[in-house]
Amino acid sequence: MTSTTPEKRLTTSAMIASFADPGQRTTSAPFGHALNRLAEQRPEVVGLSADLAKYTDMHVFRDAHPDRFFQMGMAEQSLLGTAAGMAEVGLVPFASTYSVFATRRAYDFLCLDIAEPGLNVNVVGALPGLTTGYGPSHQATEDLAILRGCPGLTVVDPCDSVDIEQAVPALADHPGPTYLRLLRGAVPTVLDEYDYRFELGKAAELRTGRDVVLISTGLMTMRALQAAARLEADHVDVAVLHVPTIKPLDTEAVLRAARTDRLVVTLENHTVVGGLAEAVASTLAFAGATTRVVPIALPDEFLAAGALPTLHDRYGLSTDAVVARVRGELGGGTAPRWVPEPAPATA
Amino acid sequence: MTSLTTPSTPTAPTAPGAAPGTGDRAERVERIRRAAHRIRRNALDMGEVQGQGYIGQALGVADVLATVYTDQLRFRPEDPHWPGRDRFLLSIGHYAIALYAALAEAGTIPLEELETYGSDGSRLPMSAMASYTPGVEISGGSLGHGLPVATGMALALRHQGNGARVLDLLSDGELDEGSTWEAALACAHHGLDNVTAIVDVNALQADGPTAGVLRTEPVTDKWRAFGWHALRVDGNDVGALVDAFDELRGHRGSPSVLVCDTRIGRGVPLLESREKAHFMRVEEHEWQIARDQLEEGLAR
Ligand SMILES: Cc1ncc(C[n+]2csc(CCOP(=O)(O)OP(=O)(O)O)c2C)c(N)n1
Ligand SMILES: [Mg+2]
Repeated sequence: MTSTTPEKRLTTSAMIASFADPGQRTTSAPFGHALNRLAEQRPEVVGLSADLAKYTDMHVFRDAHPDRFFQMGMAEQSLLGTAAGMAEVGLVPFASTYSVFATRRAYDFLCLDIAEPGLNVNVVGALPGLTTGYGPSHQATEDLAILRGCPGLTVVDPCDSVDIEQAVPALADHPGPTYLRLLRGAVPTVLDEYDYRFELGKAAELRTGRDVVLISTGLMTMRALQAAARLEADHVDVAVLHVPTIKPLDTEAVLRAARTDRLVVTLENHTVVGGLAEAVASTLAFAGATTRVVPIALPDEFLAAGALPTLHDRYGLSTDAVVARVRGELGGGTAPRWVPEPAPATA
Repeated sequence: MTSLTTPSTPTAPTAPGAAPGTGDRAERVERIRRAAHRIRRNALDMGEVQGQGYIGQALGVADVLATVYTDQLRFRPEDPHWPGRDRFLLSIGHYAIALYAALAEAGTIPLEELETYGSDGSRLPMSAMASYTPGVEISGGSLGHGLPVATGMALALRHQGNGARVLDLLSDGELDEGSTWEAALACAHHGLDNVTAIVDVNALQADGPTAGVLRTEPVTDKWRAFGWHALRVDGNDVGALVDAFDELRGHRGSPSVLVCDTRIGRGVPLLESREKAHFMRVEEHEWQIARDQLEEGLAR
């Protein structure tokens, strides 16, 4: 499992880890600033956090609207119960914590106090999937699997700062409960280079291509776009269908994308169980389509702790890993398992 | 004096884990104080590897861990799974840096291994997990789990006629979690006098000072109201810690809790005087200054 040799390796630096590539264009705290803009138009919008305002970009809202921010302490069940109570009385709460705590710890409250009455509560979960090297306690690898099973809940997995900025007002406008997989801090800015607008419940084709279609969600859309550009150099024509809303799924767009003779690959920052891959696969099967789906997703395991780039390579989410996987699938026969380079020997 | 550079030599009866709470009080206090110093230095060395981290908490809680590991806990450093051991649960996984520093002092993990802290492939991840590290009893990280698991261990040990104790270190932030208080009720209801909770009240949590995040005071009164035998001490006063732990060890009939008021960054004036932060930033050149200040403090 682990070695005892004391040698310098990449370090976790868990709390500041960012999945942005070095030198990539980023936007600072897009969620906090979008919430501030929304709050100026809608006085009923309020913010809550469970001792994680600073770590979910909610501090931006807290500092701008101290009278509309409610600190609930590190008590996630109470956080979501409180948000439900506020919505019952007519406020539109955005409640933030880490995804693991919103789903694992407080799911009963999300399900019964928020979703069952169909309240306009917007749950905001940071560190979705594998976005921290801190280990299973902080890696929300199965949040989509849990929440897809919740009736009436809208689930959004944004790709970048553009998605987040446009999703925030859309989530508030949506009358029912929502869950946003938050990307925080310095968030990559990618989608402004495309003819794209976030639309709740809608998938968007960001690139067309004849050989392969990558159906992706969340930050994996960024990786899909990078992989598509790299494969283009090899004369492989790759389409990218971005699916920011996981539930309700844009099944028409998925079926349209899959009903061709292209290789269909799904990409998600989530376990292969119960996320986008299975949502797409069931959509196809339920419609009688027999297309094979190649899932790029996290394995059905508790993941390791470590530096984020190392882990993204190891678990197949890095652009290199995606490119290798697609090439392997196109090469026919069994795809070679992606084996990452050993981590560079720097601290 | 030379022992300052190595973990304490295992000579009876003060070998770590061998004979809890025995010996001359003044000698014990001095021995613990030196162990706490080494734990602090270990933590500074590890903090430098990551360039940041929960160093403020580690320095604050070092005296508590030194007292537990070198004076109170019954365990065998070479056999971390010995069934007769007292269980020490780190409910606060993010305090891993402090626990590893103490486990190196206790001889459970090699001192040389500390420099791998938080690095890829290390047995010492930034958040403590039982599956990675010898001597780590539970996987932390999600707060508010320690006391419920301690409750189960204590019930099972008592059920099996095993006289081992269960100690659970929690933070003031964990007093926000309902699960902590659910387990507090259970421990009292079941009369688990083999449970000792230790609460590190450093008056800080992630979003700022505890008093501003969610008021938990009066902490001692709350535990008492929940049916616990509760004491409160200055958690950086080794003499007070020794007396309190001795008293709690002898208590029967209900679970015990020691509320410890600690100071973030304790032992390193540079960090003690810095604005309190959950995740304290330390500049590269400051680690050596911190180590120097720590040595000066021991000399005084
Ligand atoms: C259940 C849960 N909620 C939230 C967090 C995120 N978190 C990590 S440490 C922390 C502060 C908790 O207070 P405390 O342990 O007293 O903080 P410290 O003294 O280390 O600053 C929070 C909210 C967590 N790890 N677990
Ligand atoms: Mg604290």
